[in-house]
Order: sequence, then C-alpha cells, then structure tokens
Amino acid sequence: MGDILDVSNLVTQLRNGARIVDDISFSIATGETFALLGESGCGKSMTALSLLRLLPDGVVKVGGTAQLGGVNLFDLRERDMRDVRGGTAAMIFQEPSLSLNPVMTVGQQIVEVLALHQELRGTVAQQRGVELLDQVGIPDAARRVMEYPFQLSGGMKQRVMIAMALAGQPKLLIADEPTTALDVTIQAQVLQLLRDTQAASGMSLLLITHDLGVVAEMAHQVGVMYAGHIVEQASRAQLFAKPLHPYTQKLFAALPGAARRNQPLAAIPGSVPPLGSITQGCRFTPRCDRAWALCSEQTPEWTVLEEGRGVRCHLYGRTEERGLRTEDLAHSPQPTVHSPQSSVLSSKSSALLQVGNLQVHFPIRKGLLQRVTGQVKAVDGVSLEIPHGRTLALVGESGCGKTTLGKALLQLIPPTAGSVKLDGHELTGLAASELRIRRAGMQMVFQDPYASLNPKMRVAEILEEGMAALNIGGNSEARQARIDILLDQVGLERIVKWRYPHEFSGGQRQRIAIARTLAVSPRLLICDEPTSALDVSVQAQILNLLKSLQQELNLSYLFITHNLAVVEYLAHEVCVMYLGRIVERGTAEEVLRSPKHPYTQALLSAVPRIDGSGVERIKLEGDMPSPANPPQGCPFAPRCAHTMESCRASYPPATSHSATHIVHCFLYGRDLG
Amino acid sequence: MIAYLIRRILYAIPILIGVNLLTFALFFVVNTPDDMARMQLGIKRVTPDAIEKWKQQRGYDKPLLVNSAARGAGKITDTIFWQKSASMFVLDFGYSDDGRSIGREITQRMAPSLAIALPTFLIGLVVYVSFALLMTLFRATALDIAGVALCVLLMSVSGLFYIIGGQFVVSKLWHLVPISGYDGGMGGFKFVVLPIVIGVVGSVGSSSRWYRTIFLEEIGKDYVRTARAKGLSELRVLFSHVLKNAMIPILTGVVVVIPLLFMGSLLTESFFGIPGLGSYTIDAINAQDFSVVRAMVFLGSLLYIVGLILTDISYTVVDPRVRLQ
Amino acid sequence: MNFMPVILWSDALVFLLLAAGVFGAWYVRRREYLLLPWRRVGQSATAMVSLLVLSLFFVVGLLDTLHYRAALPEKNGGEKMYSPEVLSVFDKLVTPLRTQTEKTYSAPLAVTLYAKESTSDAQGRVLRDYPRLRYGGAHLVDATQRDENVLWRAIKGAIGGLVVGMLLLVAISSFRRRLVGWARSVPTRAGSKANGGHVTCQPYTLRALLITTLIIAALIGAIANLAPAYHVLGTDKVGQDVLYLSLKSIRTGLIIGTVTTLVTLPLALLLGIAAGYLRGWVDDVIQYIYTVLSSIPSVLLIAAAVLMMQVTIETHPQWFDTSASRADLRLVFLCLILGMTSWTGLCRLLRGETLKLREQEYIQAAQAFGVSSLRILTRHIVPNVMHIILISLVMDFSALVLAEAVLSYVGVGVDPSMISFGTMINAARLEMGREPMVWWALAAAFGFMLVLVLAANLFADAVRDAFDPRLNRTEGTA
Repeated sequence: MGDILDVSNLVTQLRNGARIVDDISFSIATGETFALLGESGCGKSMTALSLLRLLPDGVVKVGGTAQLGGVNLFDLRERDMRDVRGGTAAMIFQEPSLSLNPVMTVGQQIVEVLALHQELRGTVAQQRGVELLDQVGIPDAARRVMEYPFQLSGGMKQRVMIAMALAGQPKLLIADEPTTALDVTIQAQVLQLLRDTQAASGMSLLLITHDLGVVAEMAHQVGVMYAGHIVEQASRAQLFAKPLHPYTQKLFAALPGAARRNQPLAAIPGSVPPLGSITQGCRFTPRCDRAWALCSEQTPEWTVLEEGRGVRCHLYGRTEERGLRTEDLAHSPQPTVHSPQSSVLSSKSSALLQVGNLQVHFPIRKGLLQRVTGQVKAVDGVSLEIPHGRTLALVGESGCGKTTLGKALLQLIPPTAGSVKLDGHELTGLAASELRIRRAGMQMVFQDPYASLNPKMRVAEILEEGMAALNIGGNSEARQARIDILLDQVGLERIVKWRYPHEFSGGQRQRIAIARTLAVSPRLLICDEPTSALDVSVQAQILNLLKSLQQELNLSYLFITHNLAVVEYLAHEVCVMYLGRIVERGTAEEVLRSPKHPYTQALLSAVPRIDGSGVERIKLEGDMPSPANPPQGCPFAPRCAHTMESCRASYPPATSHSATHIVHCFLYGRDLG
Repeated sequence: MIAYLIRRILYAIPILIGVNLLTFALFFVVNTPDDMARMQLGIKRVTPDAIEKWKQQRGYDKPLLVNSAARGAGKITDTIFWQKSASMFVLDFGYSDDGRSIGREITQRMAPSLAIALPTFLIGLVVYVSFALLMTLFRATALDIAGVALCVLLMSVSGLFYIIGGQFVVSKLWHLVPISGYDGGMGGFKFVVLPIVIGVVGSVGSSSRWYRTIFLEEIGKDYVRTARAKGLSELRVLFSHVLKNAMIPILTGVVVVIPLLFMGSLLTESFFGIPGLGSYTIDAINAQDFSVVRAMVFLGSLLYIVGLILTDISYTVVDPRVRLQ
Repeated sequence: MNFMPVILWSDALVFLLLAAGVFGAWYVRRREYLLLPWRRVGQSATAMVSLLVLSLFFVVGLLDTLHYRAALPEKNGGEKMYSPEVLSVFDKLVTPLRTQTEKTYSAPLAVTLYAKESTSDAQGRVLRDYPRLRYGGAHLVDATQRDENVLWRAIKGAIGGLVVGMLLLVAISSFRRRLVGWARSVPTRAGSKANGGHVTCQPYTLRALLITTLIIAALIGAIANLAPAYHVLGTDKVGQDVLYLSLKSIRTGLIIGTVTTLVTLPLALLLGIAAGYLRGWVDDVIQYIYTVLSSIPSVLLIAAAVLMMQVTIETHPQWFDTSASRADLRLVFLCLILGMTSWTGLCRLLRGETLKLREQEYIQAAQAFGVSSLRILTRHIVPNVMHIILISLVMDFSALVLAEAVLSYVGVGVDPSMISFGTMINAARLEMGREPMVWWALAAAFGFMLVLVLAANLFADAVRDAFDPRLNRTEGTA
C-alpha cells in the first residue's frame, strides 16, 4: 500500500516570523488514519490548513513539500488547487454549528460540491445529496435535505459536514477535532461513522485531536505535536505500549482516571510556550523534568528508532551527542503517592448541602401576546445531598440542565420550586440581604477561565471583591495579607496580585478563580466544568489543586462535568442527569463500575478508552430531546434499548440497589419493589 | 411568522402615539401659541388683539387638552391636541400658513421627491455594494488600502461641497444640464440626472466602507472556510455565501430608509429647485410655518416605522431562522 | 486689571470637558490595561499626524474660548467701564486680521478690490478702476511688486517657522529624554510589567511626525508673515478677512463636535446600561423612549426643536446682556438638541453590550458574592463598555462638525451672527452666480472643514482599530 500523502519539512509562520509549524514531516498510507495529537496552540490545525492552502490572513507557508497522490500541492496553480479541495482532499472542522452556512439548506450546500467535483446537476444531484445524507445516518434524509442547519442538532450538523466532504469522493479526509464540540454519546456515533466510511471507501484520514482516547480508537499512526514540532511518531500500538518522548509520557500520566484516584496526577508544570518564544533548543525544555544543559542549547534532531517510529529528543540521540546527563532513561520518576485514602472520605458525616425536589422552569412565550404557552423544565425535581468534605459529581451531556442546577443552588437563577439547604439553612426565597449572609458558604468556579475574570481588574481587586461584599477579612490591610495567603494556597506567586488577567494562561486564571472563591472561606464549591477549557496537562494541575484543597480545608465539591475520567478520579459520589432529572445516583464505585440505568451504561460505554479495553459498546440512537418538549414518561425512553410500555406512561420511581445506589428505571422496579 | 409580523405592527402603534405626544409637547407646550404669535407678528409692536386674531385664524385659540367650556365629547375634541395633533393619525394635516391644504401639498410633492430619491437609492446601492465587494475581494492589498483611503477622504468632505461643486462644474463650466428646475415626464431627465449623480457620489465614502466592514466580518466566519475547503473559487465564495449572509445586516440598515425616500432630501431639493417634500420642509422652516414642520415630523416618523416593519418582513425573506420559527 | 474675564456658557462647558479630559488622561496613565490600546494608537503614523493637526485646531479653539471684555479708557465716576464687545485671547493675538477690514470682496493676496468702482481723481475726472485696498498690500508703492513681495515674505516666514519648529522639536526631545530617564529611575510598582508608562513611538511614526511638524511650522510661519500685510484668503462681502473667519469657525465646529457629547454621554451611558442590566420594565421603558426619539428623522426633529428654541429666545430678549451671550446660548442649545437627538444610537449599542456582559461569568461570580447591582455596574460593566463609548465619541465628532454646516444652511444651525463654517458657506453660496465667481470664501470654509474632519476621521479609525476587541490581531493567533 502506497502513501497517499507525503509531507516533508513543512514550515508555516506568522508574518512577523514566529513559526507556528516548524519542519514537520509525515506520511499517510492509503486507507489508514494518521492522528496528529497535541494540545491547543501547538500548530495541528495550521498544519492541516497549510496542506489545503487555506491559511488565514497573516499566516504563510514558507517551506516544505506536500505530495498528495503524487501531486505536489504547493506547486499547483490556485485553479488546480481548487480541484484538490473538496475533490481529492476534503476537510471537516471542529464547530459544526459555525462551519455550515446558516442561510443555505443542507441540500444546497451538498449539491454545491457535487456540481463542482462530480459534474452532477439538477435532480440527479439532489438525489445523490439525499443518498449521501442517508449514508451518514441521517434519518428521513429526503426531508432533511430541505432543512437549514439551525434545524439540526450538533451531531447531525457534523454528519452533514461529513456528507459534504464525502460528496467529492475524496482520497484523503482531514478531520480537525471533529468531535470536540460534541457530547460523548454523539462523539461515539460520529467516530463510528468515520470508521465505517473509511472501511467502505478506502480513503485515508488525517485526524487532528487533543484527545488520547479518540486516538486510541481511531488511529493507525500517531504524530505527537508540541509547539510546532512533531516530537514523536509511532504506530498506535507502539505509542500506547511505550511512549518515548517525555512530553508524551507526561500526557499519559496526566490523564485522570479511577486507577489514579488516590494519588496526584503527574501534571506538567507551566503551559505551552507562546509562538516563537523559544528559538533555541528543545521547546519542551522548560516543562521537562529530564532536561539537561544540552536541551536548552541545541534543538534535538529527528531520531528514527526501531520499527519506523521516531522521536525528537536528546534522550534518544546518539550517545556521543548527548553530553552531560543528570538522569538515566530507566530512572523515570513516578509520581509519588501524596496521601492515602483519607479518613474523612470513609466516614459518613451529616449533609452540608441538602437539595429537595428542586425545579427550575423557564416560561416559553409564544404567539401574538407573548403568552406563556409552556415551560422549559431545565431542572425538574432534583434531590441530592453533599456531606462535608466530599465530592459529588453531577454528570450529564450538554443541555441536560446541570449548569442551570448549579446556578439555581447559588440562587443566581431563582428556583421555581423546591428547597436548597446549606448547613440546615434554607436559601430559597430569602431576601437579598438575608441571602448575602449565607453566600460565603457556597461559591462557584466557572467553566471558562477567560470569561470568569474581569479583564479590567487587577488580581488583588478580583480577590478582594468577595471579601468586601461580604464584609470578611477585616480591614484592607488584613485583606491584603489574606490575598497573599490565598495566592500561596493556589500555587501562584504573591507578586502576581498587581497584574491583570490577560497576563496569565488559562490554568493560571483558573487558579485565580479558585482563589477568589476561597477568599470568603466557603464550605462548598460548585465547580462547573472547571477543566473542560484546559489542556490535559493543565487540567491535571487544577485537579491536583482541587484535591489537595479538599484535604486541607475539608471542602465539599459539587463537580459538574461531562468528563467521566475526571469523575472517576475525583468523585466520591455520582449523580447522572438526563433532561433535568437525576436518573441514577450512588457512590462513584457503584455508578461507574456497575451502572444500572441504560443511559449511564450507554454513557460509560461511549467514552473512548486509551487502554483499548472495550466495554461492550452500547450504541445510542438520536439526540437528547428538547427540554421544552420532553417525551411523556421516562425522558430517556425514545433512545432506550429496553423501552417498555410503562416507560412511556410515567416517570419511573426510585429503586434502591444499595443504601446509596438509587436508579430511576422500570427495569428494576419490579424486581426490587 | 404571521404572529411575529402582527406583533411588530402592533408594536408600532404606541411608538406613533409617543411621537405624536412628543411633537405636541414640542410645538404647543414648550412655547404657548401666544409666544408663537408674538414671534410671527414681530416682538415689538404686537397688540393683544392681533395675537387673538392670529390664533383664531389658525385655530390655536382653544385650550390645549381639555375644553371645560365645551360639553360632552367636545371637552376632548374641541381642543388643540385633538384637532391639531391627534388628527394626524388619520393623515389630516390641516392647513399651512398660506392657507393651503398640507395633505394635498404632500401628495403633489411626493412624485418629484421620489424621482430623485428612488434612482439615487437604487444606483447608490449597486455602486456601493460593488465597490465594497471589490475591496473585499482584494482585501489587504494595495487596492483595498487605496479604496479605504479614498472612502475616508470622500466621507470627510461636506455634503454641501458635492452639491455646490457639482453644480459649479457640470452646470456652470460645462453647461451640460440646467443648474436647477424640474419637469415631470421624460423632459425632466436633464433636471434629475445631476442631483442623482451627486446624491450617489455624496455617500460613496461612508456607505462603501460600511458594506466593506460587513463583508469582512462575514468573510472571517467559519462557514467561509468550509466553502473554500469545498474548492469554490473566491468569487463564488463571495457571491453565493458571503453576500447571502451579509444581506441580514445590510437589510437592517437599508430597508428602513426606503419609505423615507418619499421625504426626499432637504439639501438636494433645495439647491436644485425640485418641488418635492424636502424643499417644502426647508421653505417651511425658513418661513417658520410650524404646522407644516409638525406635519413633516409626524409623516417622517410614520414612514420610518413603516420602514422598520418592512425590515422585519425582509428578514423573513433572507433569514430562514426568522422565517421558520 | 484692564480687562474683565467673561465666561460664556459654552466656555464653561469647554472647560468642563477639558477637565474631564485631563482627569481621564491621568486615570488612564495609572492603569496598564487602559494604556495598552493608546500605545497601539501611538504606534500608528497616521493617527499621530492626525492628532498633531487636530491639536493645532484645538489650540486655536481653546485660545478662542478664553473670553474677556476690555476696559474702556474713560472711567465713569471712578468705576471702570468695560467694552460691550466680548473678545477672546485669540482675537487679541490676531488683532490685525480682525481689525483690517476692507470695503467689500477682494481676492486672496489681492491689492485691489474685486469690483471696479468709480473714483474721481484730482482733476475731477471719473475713473472706473479697481481701487486699492485699505490694508491688503497697502505698503506697496507699486502694485506690480506684489508677486515678488509675497514670495519674499512667504519664504522669510517659512524659514522663520522652520527655525521655530526645529527649536521646539529639540526642546521636546530633550524634555522627553529627561522624562524617560525619570520614569526608568522610579521603581515601578512591584511586579507590574509597566515599562515606564510612556508612549513608545516607532521610528517610522517619529519620522512622519517630525516631517509633519516641520511642514506645518513652515506653513504657519509663511502665513503669519503674510497675514499682517495681505488678506491671505481674501475678504468677504463686508470686507472681513476670510482667514480670520475660517480660524474663528474652528471654535464653533469644535464646540458642536465636543460639547454635544456632554449630553449624549450621560444619557446614553445611564439609560443604556440600566436597560441592559436591569431588564424588565426598565428596559421596556427605555427602549420605548429611544425608539420614539429615533423614529423621528433627526433633521426634522432638530429643525423642530431649533425652531421652538428660536421662539423662546426671541420672546425673551431680556435674558441676554450682550449679543455674544445670546449667540452663545443658542450654540449651547443647539448642542443640547443635537445631543438629545443623537444619544439613541449609542444607547442601543450600550444596551446590547450590557446584555452580553451581564451573562459573563465574572459578573455571575460577583453576583454569587452578593455584590450590589450598583457596584457591579460601576466596577464590571462600565469599565468594559468604555471602549464602545470612546469609539463612538471620536466617530461622532466628525459627523457633528459636518452636520453643523448643513444645519446652518437649512436655517436651524447656529446664530447667523456667529462665525461658523455653515454661516460662511451660506453667505458665500449666494455669490455663486457672480461673474467671475467669488470662490475663496467657499474654498476656505470647505478646505478647513476637510482638514479638520479628515484628521478626525483618520484619528477615529486608529482609535477604533486599537480599542475594538473584535478586530483580531495577528499577535497570538495560532
């Protein structure tokens, strides 16, 4: 089998000379998948855009060659290049909702490709469009072809993107983070679709991703990118069996999971260097714990090792070039176990937070007079408890109401009904002044560290705001002292308090956001996807921090997330939420090891595993229904493989599997009563 | 969608009432009819009798809001507010100071106004959009930079200059068209061509730049990258993808002025002696004919609100998200 | 004291604006993140050249704002008497321009009137000829020497201007150096990466500034040397120097362009963020108000309001002690009216931005602390909409300067006795029909306006580019 794509020495840079893609070479065999793995800002997408010559303004390719099916892409005239784009090589992007033209029907957008590359027109093209939609698994394709992107769900839009890419019958499909914006169950569907199409058409796939799990499921060959370089390249089996480059090793070690529960994650200190900031030596040197003098002096050469794998690291260079070394290869440090299972975790203490039948409904207004015609039941009767010093993970896909629940607990969104008791004090329905007294007890860490800090305030002002509002911390001198302590606690230098947020990286910002909440000494932190906007290596830093803070301060966490690996690592108890309701809850062990609810089972099976150990895949059809128009009975019934008559009639009552494990599902109702 | 449109139309009613009340307050409360009479008749030698007579001629001798002297419905209807302000809702604009019906004057003067404004609008739209598309196509090149520089220069020139300069060069130096005047029918062509050209040139700068900004904003979006990745040429991307999406912000700014075309342009009409609504307004301002100005204010906002509704309707044409929800 | 300072209403407002500007600059200097976009403005050559030109206009306008009434020589029972005529420092500086009025029209740099007149010579014969001007070129014995004399004076003046300009540049650069050295020696606040806080210019920008300064200096020098002896831009119908009129018009234009914002800004800011943040019925009411106001075509609304203002002013002559104060109050009212009709656009923008901001997570974080609404508005919302306000203010400035001319033409602008670009154009266009045409007054008014508005537009563009967060910058894209 020959190579369909052969890239050598590709260099792409900004107009000011900073190199985004620096001397990259790789090739993709026909019918295979090559994964470019890396964190944000390391140049993966720019590599792909360079190949198709679609670089944004201000970025230029300055060197290298790319042979696609024997044609040098960089020698082609622009007109011939257009035949390649969408013809021989098609591309799909990360954000399906932004990548489709909002004012053209799905059909028009597909037919456009057919007319361009297949010379199909009129009804023939229309017919082929429907076929393509059918092929990518869109139900009722003949109707959908007339619809606009806004009428489709996220997963459907990505399917349309794939259909559009397939329309030109490409030999190479470039997929740039194709599932990052999608929920895990939808991700599983889309990845399956990509594999199936590849098997059917024999096309090659250049898959760009940051997710090791996706790589494990999809790739034949993997290239690991860091700061513009490919630092390691190997087959999937080789890479997952034995990563060579320190960066790759660290990436694996930074992954949270059940196996690492009681130890801190091996976080990589710092973050990816800004473009062009390191011109000499290995770019990973500042974050590498195995670097020695040579690493910062000389850029390591590409070293080819056994069985075609290669690595760009002095550790594997020729011995005479290695210079002075402080450590040996075998001596790779294992992260030390920080503390044993703490005694707090096992002892069952009284609940800090008690939520009873909480409901948050938003009115739907329609018609001439904007009358309320219905309710969006974003949170529909949720009850939960969080004991002191414990972590409750709230798991669910986007749109299930988990963020709304978090904000309703904080009374940022007034609940429609139900009760929220913090330390025995009811919070709902309090007047603003009474509520303020209780606010210090519960705080929130938000998802996006770039949006959660006011760019116009210094760090000190940000940290002081809560103290000032709640009259905590005495006079301003005492507060300044407290700010210093807080910065110590979250692992930032004290000096940073005079800086503005724009000077910090995402991980540092999240530390500041955590320090802000700690300023008022809360007992409970609501963490709303606090690591989902961060790279894996930085995520590990934040998770470590949260874990050590919990042990230090006996904090309770409500951890809202869709990332099950994080849940396995961090949570004591888990609630699984679907369409405004909690469908299953129990200890982490119970829910994650022996899930009972069909939805939990499907969710768990959809997560790509890096060890390749396949839990049997439960395929989930379709999308989550709209909370404005939930199905009768059990909201999961339309997607469930075990649907029974009773499921459509009413919502299943709680059934207990153990003292802590509760499931809402009729499957168990009869047996357990 | 129908409900959406009906709601937009219903929303216009309180706004018109607000405009009506505002003009009433402006014209009758800020200054009393006595003040206006004194002003019109000359401050120095005005007698109370003359003021009364002046007010009576114009029907300003009634109470403002409530006529306690009248009986029944007359308490409300026999007032300045009812007869001068509320009556405008049924397009009854009353009489101007020289005793002519304002309503008839308006209907007569609409055609000349439109004869200038409509071609100016349509030609302008084509010219500005084409120029902006050209700059967008050659964005970040010397052509684009020169185009933007030209736009900034053109928009820094006073509108009066275009008119005065245009009249001077075309009519006085070259004697191509008459300096001013108007004639209905085909004979009017020589009169309207210069005002139209000047009207188009006058806002080339600001309009083209505005369209360019819209296009550039669209062209930075992800779907454009998708379109390019399909293998479409830059021209196709621009015309079949960018232009379609840019229609939404463009319509927001453009449709709303269509009804206002009836109002004509104050400056152009006055300089070129076009007997339209624009010169009517200017003459009224110079003659301090308050009833005409009041009528024009109300008519202007009525047309503007019609424009807003038309904009809402136009969205349903270009934006499927509005149409289908 | 042989003069009495007079502070007209518009003067007071200008001083208020000036104070606000100085305070704003002081406030910005202390804040790194606020200084950052200004540095970007400082790096643009066009922006700095425009700013230089604008600041010249501002200097003229400011000098023209310091008003006084001169003491009359005769005293009335020991009490000083002051002239009823209100003059400005600028008038004093250019006294020859103000006082050397001719009989009627004369062309730029002319030595004779523009029209022939009948004069009788010593023998009593009636001659029809162009009479010599009273002041323009009066020092020349022979009118044919004019070209040579003009050239000579221009060159001498230009050289003088160049010398002064260079001295000025040397003085500024040595001052700057001392300032930079001082800034370096002062230890900056621990940890902040502030590099001295001064605006760093790129060499290209510096060179452009240097050349412009010298060109302007030479130009001013030449004109200053010509102006006492000639009417550089001619004279108008009543013989007033057009250069003087043009320079006096600057103040009117600047006041219209800036004082209006005093009305626009508080209204738009207060109502805009109140509507966006509080929502509910407050939002409904504010939206209703600005929809009503903006649904009236602005020219008509302004015309109606100005007409009414005229009635009020005419019927209350007792309010004004000098004609200057009357014209001035009319100007202030015009600004008020323009402000009242133009705040709606900015208000809508701010409402939209506030609606977006209030969903930001940092606002929610503040709400979770129970921070009061007022504090959220002042600490979180206002600082984050400031860039919109600034952009819209600099963008509006040029539009307002242009609008003044149009409104004055329509008859709803400034007082006819007040010197402005609009009144100049209005007076001059009546002479369009004359053969040969009197073109210089129009040309001067349009020329000055073009320079002012062009500089303002270019500067506004640079400010927008520097402050608009949506314009992506190549630094940091990956």
